[in-house]
Amino acid sequence: MRLPALLVISAALFGLGVYGALSQQTFVMIMMGLELMLNGAMLAAVTFWAMTAGGAPKGQLLTVIVMTVMAVEAALGFALVIGIYRIRKADMTEKLKRLRG
Amino acid sequence: MSRGALVDVAFWLFGGGSVVAAWLVFRTDSMVRAAYWLLASFAGVGVVMVLLNARFLGLVLVLMMAGEMTIMAVFMVMFMMNPAGLNPMTMVHQHRQAKIAGVVAFAGLALVGVVAEFPDRPADPDGEPTAELGRELLGDSMLLFETAGVTLLATMIGSIAIASKRGRYGDAEDGSAPPPLALS
Repeated sequence: MRLPALLVISAALFGLGVYGALSQQTFVMIMMGLELMLNGAMLAAVTFWAMTAGGAPKGQLLTVIVMTVMAVEAALGFALVIGIYRIRKADMTEKLKRLRG
Repeated sequence: MSRGALVDVAFWLFGGGSVVAAWLVFRTDSMVRAAYWLLASFAGVGVVMVLLNARFLGLVLVLMMAGEMTIMAVFMVMFMMNPAGLNPMTMVHQHRQAKIAGVVAFAGLALVGVVAEFPDRPADPDGEPTAELGRELLGDSMLLFETAGVTLLATMIGSIAIASKRGRYGDAEDGSAPPPLALS
């Protein structure tokens, strides 16, 4: 009965990520929430690969793609944090009430 | 204790541990500690992946996240207020809605995971998943692999362009300015 247990664990990681991304005010903490969501998705993908897909190599490829998404998210997130801090001295979402640059 | 039972215990230990670490990310006062709790959560998932026979992916995940969380901790010290967690801190908004959204997401996904009927086709435990992944990456799915590489290159160029202090349109600290028009 490992499959449901692992899916519940990945659902818990995803749920915690949703909570973090919606509730945190600091940009970097929001990024942590997003990464937790991807973490849960990755665990579910590997679980399905190992237990329901008979170890088809394309399942592992999906995880590689999720890892790429993670790297892209982190790099662009950090770049945006630096950009916003330079212009507005803002490190929290509440300091950005206008979109004008 | 048989090997299967040991593996089961390890599943629960590292899977449950990764969930607890993920919870602590949003509970600790120190943002640097939050970054390392997140790393612990990723490491737990990485170990579960290794137990599921996806050895290469699990180790790559741990290595990648160790680097990323170190950068994140440095970022916290550079930009954020109160990075060391000397004062108690809760910096949250729309807390109730966020909790509800998180619980609903968890409950929905867990329900699907428990109730749905999935095919029972486990991977061959004596297989060579790393070699298979390598053949897949450099064989049938090469285009996908190359696309991921080009995406990462574009991300590198884009993030440098966003973060650089002086760009095409003047100094970053001036805010955005309309580009000078070359009317002559």
